[in-house]
Amino acid sequence: MTALPGQAPSDGIRGDTGAPGGTAAGGKKAGTGKKAGTGKDGRPVSTTNACRMCMPLGACLAFAGVEGTVPILHGGQGCATYIRRYLISHFNEPLDIGSSSFDESATVFGGEADLAQGIHNLVTAYGPQVVGVATTCLAETIGEDVPQILTRIRRGDAHLPEIIGVSTPSYAGTHADGYQAAVTAVVEALAGDEPGDGVTLLPGIVSPADLRHLHELAGAFGVPATVVPDFSDSLDGPIAAEHPRLRPGGTPLHGLARCGGNIAAVTLGGLAAPGVANAGELLHERFGIEHHRLPLPIGIRLTDDLVHVLTLAFGHGPAPWVEAERGRLVDAYVDGHKYLSGRRAVVYGDEDLVVGIAAFLSEIGIRPVACASGGRSGNLRSALRTAAPELADLEDLQVVEDADFERIDALTRETAPDLLVGHSKGYPTARALGIPLIRIGLPIHDRLGGQRLQHLGYRGAQRLFDQIVNTLIEREQSSSPVGYAYM
Amino acid sequence: MTAPHESSPATTADDPVALSPTGVAGETPGPPGELGGSDPGLPLPADLPAPEALVEKMLQAYPSKVARRRRQHLKANDPESPPPIQANSRTVPGIITQRGCCYAGCKGVVLGPVPDIVHLVHGPVGCSYYSWLTRRNQNRPAEGIANYGAYCFTTDLTEEEIIFGGEKKLAAAIREAYELFHPRAIAVFSTCPVGLIGDDVHAVARAMRKELDVNVFGFSCEGYKGVSQSAGHHIANNGLFTHVVGTEEPEGPYTGHPFRINVLGEYNIGGDAFVIDDLLERCGIELVATFSGNTNYGELAQAHTADLNVVMCHRSINYMAEMMEEKYGIPWLKINFLGAEATAKSLRRIAHFFGDADLIARVEAVIAQETAMIAAEREEIRSRCEGKLVMLYVGGSRAHHYQQLFADIGMPAVSAGYEFAHRDDYEGREVIGSIRVDADTRNIEELTVEPDPVRHQPRRTSQELAALHAKGLTTHDYDGMMRDMASGALIIDDISHHELQTLIEAYSPALVCSGIKDKYVVEKMGVPCKQLHNYDYGGPYAGFSGALTFYREIDRMLDLQVYRYVRPPWVDEPLDVPG
Repeated sequence: MTALPGQAPSDGIRGDTGAPGGTAAGGKKAGTGKKAGTGKDGRPVSTTNACRMCMPLGACLAFAGVEGTVPILHGGQGCATYIRRYLISHFNEPLDIGSSSFDESATVFGGEADLAQGIHNLVTAYGPQVVGVATTCLAETIGEDVPQILTRIRRGDAHLPEIIGVSTPSYAGTHADGYQAAVTAVVEALAGDEPGDGVTLLPGIVSPADLRHLHELAGAFGVPATVVPDFSDSLDGPIAAEHPRLRPGGTPLHGLARCGGNIAAVTLGGLAAPGVANAGELLHERFGIEHHRLPLPIGIRLTDDLVHVLTLAFGHGPAPWVEAERGRLVDAYVDGHKYLSGRRAVVYGDEDLVVGIAAFLSEIGIRPVACASGGRSGNLRSALRTAAPELADLEDLQVVEDADFERIDALTRETAPDLLVGHSKGYPTARALGIPLIRIGLPIHDRLGGQRLQHLGYRGAQRLFDQIVNTLIEREQSSSPVGYAYM
Repeated sequence: MTAPHESSPATTADDPVALSPTGVAGETPGPPGELGGSDPGLPLPADLPAPEALVEKMLQAYPSKVARRRRQHLKANDPESPPPIQANSRTVPGIITQRGCCYAGCKGVVLGPVPDIVHLVHGPVGCSYYSWLTRRNQNRPAEGIANYGAYCFTTDLTEEEIIFGGEKKLAAAIREAYELFHPRAIAVFSTCPVGLIGDDVHAVARAMRKELDVNVFGFSCEGYKGVSQSAGHHIANNGLFTHVVGTEEPEGPYTGHPFRINVLGEYNIGGDAFVIDDLLERCGIELVATFSGNTNYGELAQAHTADLNVVMCHRSINYMAEMMEEKYGIPWLKINFLGAEATAKSLRRIAHFFGDADLIARVEAVIAQETAMIAAEREEIRSRCEGKLVMLYVGGSRAHHYQQLFADIGMPAVSAGYEFAHRDDYEGREVIGSIRVDADTRNIEELTVEPDPVRHQPRRTSQELAALHAKGLTTHDYDGMMRDMASGALIIDDISHHELQTLIEAYSPALVCSGIKDKYVVEKMGVPCKQLHNYDYGGPYAGFSGALTFYREIDRMLDLQVYRYVRPPWVDEPLDVPG
């Protein structure tokens, strides 16, 4: 695997002279967190190396997890192209996103005709069951009334499939907010209360491997779950002899039709900016379904919480393999504790994942010293406290919302942790400081298989646990003057 | 991965290669065919589906209005008389296009690679994030030259600033960038909302230039401008030309070295520019600046002192070549360093432009040495790849240039097209006068350039140019892709997802060249796909050593055995279940 530019002396690149932590020759020493701030509290007004993506990206990801759905962005075509190329570089999978391809005149006269034509063309060429329309900065800035426009488009052609709109200008939130907003829009449009005897799970952004495991875990209670959204097949599909234009997979529409009639709904994670509606609450309000909000089930405690909620909902416990997996995990914790106790970690990424991972790390004896996210829910600290109450007592734990990598780099220098836990964008810091990076979340574009990383459930924790322990062992082993073959 | 200069016998300008027996100084130039003219594409097999029938098949899936429009973009090739093709026109909404936006062309392509300019994106967060190192431009900055390439700066506008304006925040962000780095220049790139809310980035840039006494300049490259990234290339060319080129003079006289050139339209994806720089150095040609891979601000600022501009990517940079000729009298020559044969021809074109016998001999010696280095393996790979079909839908030059690399190993292009090129990139510059200017194009500023009263100095007289043209060395000219492709090849402009799938099914090519957005669709269909935007993080592929790397890569891809496993064995022969 070739490393990213600016990171590989092996191919002769000296491009890392400007990486955070490096010295930008001819300039000042950079990345020391001492960026001259001209904003409030002396903090910078600009963002350097962002730790968040934009709202429409999250919306497209959510739409990709609904059966027969093609997303289309109402705005300039660059948004669709950038978002496709970015998500594809993580999933290594095709992802189709249409665009209304706004041009300059549409910025003056409005893009209704372009959107109508775009939807019509998508429907003709792909035959989707649902078209997911997400807005962009462009459409929102000129004040397009997309709900009204969609009403007129639907009225104009009775043969169109379901069209779901969601407002997602980049300036209003992060990709995680766009994801939640789109999930809620999907549920609002498609949820019904056909009687079901399973549960509805509404996870924040997790991997296809995680989504598959949620089915397995909830299925251990004997009834298949409805997971919304579910891109476990559509963004991690096999190579098959047939190549349908519309990617298979996604939450089935018949599953959505009963997600208000199931025995319970559980939001997993779901931290979002104020004003972004929660799909589980909507289900509860509209259909009276029992709704629980839990952190992402990472590690024993948080997975126990989910299993507990499901046990109460179903009135019985899960299949025996769940307890067996849990037992093996506890056993592993015992085996590995001596390598982990007292170690310290900096965690960054999406708020949902930061909360779950920090609670897990704390559970295995690693102390999170900084938890940072580009998200701006305002609730990161309280969510951490809820997920792992012992974190509230850590006076030196720094919790930072609205962080960029300039800040994360500075936090890492300041706290000198044993591990960085987060996605690929933290690599320059890990490299500059010689700290191992445990890759989780999205985006992973310097390793293969980001879509197959499992974080959730006892099994996800087992994988993470082994990886973390072995990373630390390897570090000790390779820096030891003795070639220990037993650790 | 080995750097090219390490794997090839290194010779530097200080240690000029010895003249080979054939490279006798003073030898007259070879026949014109070696210096100019078109290279007819490799012939196609006779049993292919008729291109006209494929066009009809592709159009069937579209509503009739869309089909009428798309038909103009789908043409069966005639190399003798290229058919007029519709290009650089608006993408039909909702057909899934490969195209990006104006901002991508300006910041992502042309300006982004320059390492010692701080690139500040004025807008909400996504646009900067998605162009953060994603093109994999590489840099080996000279001693003392900064590299801010790993940084991604943005004003990260929020809702409040969209409502009340972002100029104050932009000014503050420029100050912050300046305080952090004290760079030589700061470039500001506007994204969609910026133009709409009326922020005047140019006024802010002017004010900050005055306040900080450093070159600050803005680009109105909002994503909605034009029809693709092409508009952004033009805007970037205009800005670079106005604010950077010619702003610095070298310490000595600029005719000090007899052969000083700029390479235009080479962005150093995968390290291509490293190979080119090395080749030029060994030939004894001095490189002033590259627009804009592996270069720096100072080199660009002195680019007006070169005696020749050679153009790789015609689409993205021809404006700069034309403007520099107009203002400073520097002629330009189209070249292509992708493909061993193409590289040899390009080096010869440069040498014969200068007409210096020693230079010509040195170039011939380098070509002989490099050709010998790759010949045996090239032939071996050619024996495995010959006759296998390739399709290329990418870029504004790459779909053309890479055909020459494939021709080196005997692989014909059955179909090709650009993502964002114009008619002249297909049919040749002679059609420029007849291109209909639509509203989208009219909105992109054309600079009026006058000869510089002091520094305009025609490097060649019109008689000298005419003599060069007679030898096939036509300056300021580009013949386009169609003349270099076989008769009956299918040319597709701005291919859609649906068309790509139809063509793969129809032609069953051995390989498709495209970008990451199509790569996995193609590979799901059982056909390997080579990304030519970012080289699948491989490369370099330029020059001779790069060509060899490319042949090996194609050889590997065509030999991929994995697809044999797609169908599980029990599907065709159910396993015997005991009992």
